[in-house]
Amino acid sequence: MSSSSVLFDAPGPRARRRHLIITIVAALVLLGVVVVALMRLDARGELEAAKWQAMFTTSAWQYYFVPGILSTLKAAGIAIVLSMLFGLVFGVGRLSQNTAVRWVSGAVVEFFRGIPVLIMMIAFFYFLAFRGVFAPETNPFVAVVAALTLYNGAVVAELVRSGVGSLPKGQGEAGLSIGLTPGQTMRAIQLPQAITAMLPALVSQLVVILKDSALGAIITYPELLRSARNLAAGGNTLQPLVMAALLFIIINFTLTTLASYLERRINKRGHTSAKADKDAGRPGDSVGAGTL
Amino acid sequence: MGELFAQFDVWGAFWLTIKLSVWSALWALLLGTSLAIMRVGPVRVLNVVGAAYVNVVRNTPLTLVVLFSLTVLGTRLGIQIANDESPTFLVDEAVRWAIFALSVYHAAFVCEALRSGVNTVPVGQAEAARSIGLGLGQSLRHVVLPQAFRGAVAPLASVLIALIKNTTVASIIGVAQTSYFMVEAIEFRPDLIWQLFALIAGFFLLLTLPIGVGLTSLSRKVAVKR
Repeated sequence: MSSSSVLFDAPGPRARRRHLIITIVAALVLLGVVVVALMRLDARGELEAAKWQAMFTTSAWQYYFVPGILSTLKAAGIAIVLSMLFGLVFGVGRLSQNTAVRWVSGAVVEFFRGIPVLIMMIAFFYFLAFRGVFAPETNPFVAVVAALTLYNGAVVAELVRSGVGSLPKGQGEAGLSIGLTPGQTMRAIQLPQAITAMLPALVSQLVVILKDSALGAIITYPELLRSARNLAAGGNTLQPLVMAALLFIIINFTLTTLASYLERRINKRGHTSAKADKDAGRPGDSVGAGTL
Repeated sequence: MGELFAQFDVWGAFWLTIKLSVWSALWALLLGTSLAIMRVGPVRVLNVVGAAYVNVVRNTPLTLVVLFSLTVLGTRLGIQIANDESPTFLVDEAVRWAIFALSVYHAAFVCEALRSGVNTVPVGQAEAARSIGLGLGQSLRHVVLPQAFRGAVAPLASVLIALIKNTTVASIIGVAQTSYFMVEAIEFRPDLIWQLFALIAGFFLLLTLPIGVGLTSLSRKVAVKR
């Protein structure tokens, strides 16, 4: 513990002894928890080698995990691109000179941020199923992407708004003073800087989208979680779910690390003095790493 | 609209959503606070454990956590958390595992919200408290923690709103809250799909918007001007 912590002074000999005692007790408690959990797993036969080996066969990966990861990434990838478009349109709309445009954009963004993603997914899924716009097997995919786009697009819109709002006032004024129209100022001066400042938050939002895509399992989209459940239909529920969790954690942890790296780089470059804060300055959505 | 209320137990579904939200919020706050204490405390082991918990939980989809709770912890490992004497045993069990999963999941976010509150307090504040002769307990009680709590209001509000919306995920283990009712109602009355959507969207907006607006203004009011 460094002495410059807000909460504690540098520990003296008595405090150090106390910390040592707490450390030993905590370690023992943890060890106890782990041992009890392992005993329980063993008693239920969940630690048998065969059950775990089944997770690393060619067929498990070829038919379940790899297609699942690909479906998850496909939905998440398309959704992030579309939500950036949506977010740009409505984020700029919220900053518009025109009161009506501002008001409508605000209403749209607040609406889609306020309702659960799953509710939107279910609505789209059944609507498409009844209307038969797409082939039945693509309905779940379209519903997942549409719901993810609307919710995350609304979050990105807030990011755009706070990114532009946190730029120094002089940027916009300078643009106007050299004779650019408000629209040109926004496009040529404010947005590029705001988007750079938003980058880390956008990558964090990608984690949210990846996690939310697992909701697709509920409406039969064959993403990673559903593939794991299909594999679990063979009788072992624990191992496939643990594997799926590990895969999600690996992918998302990589993205989280990338986000903080980007944040450090952008701050170091001093490219822009704006910082789009993570939850767009207002409660209502996720804390950095999202809803689900 | 009237037909929906006549045909389905709309209020029951809404009430269960609210019940899930309240209980999960309470447990998440308790667990998240303990995690935050572990993470900011002076003991290395606890720091590491807290950080590991947050990183694992934050990067796992809630859908998976909910499913894992009932199917693996409940069914496979035979851990019972409801009274098996009662006639509603199976329903209770699913509801309790849903609350368990929601609490465990959101505790990680509560922990991070509280930590970001602590991070809003400049080191100079603590140094100043020590330099006027306050002990550790006094400086925490009178100087550091009051400011930290005030800084944590806004992120905690975000977590609460996310939690309310996330209760819908419980439908994957058959808990009959709003999203479960929605699927059921659409199956029976496909003609009312948009009324249903409007009703449910309205219900969630009614819950989330006032909390959002109220807590935002509260967080502005109590924020420490720096």
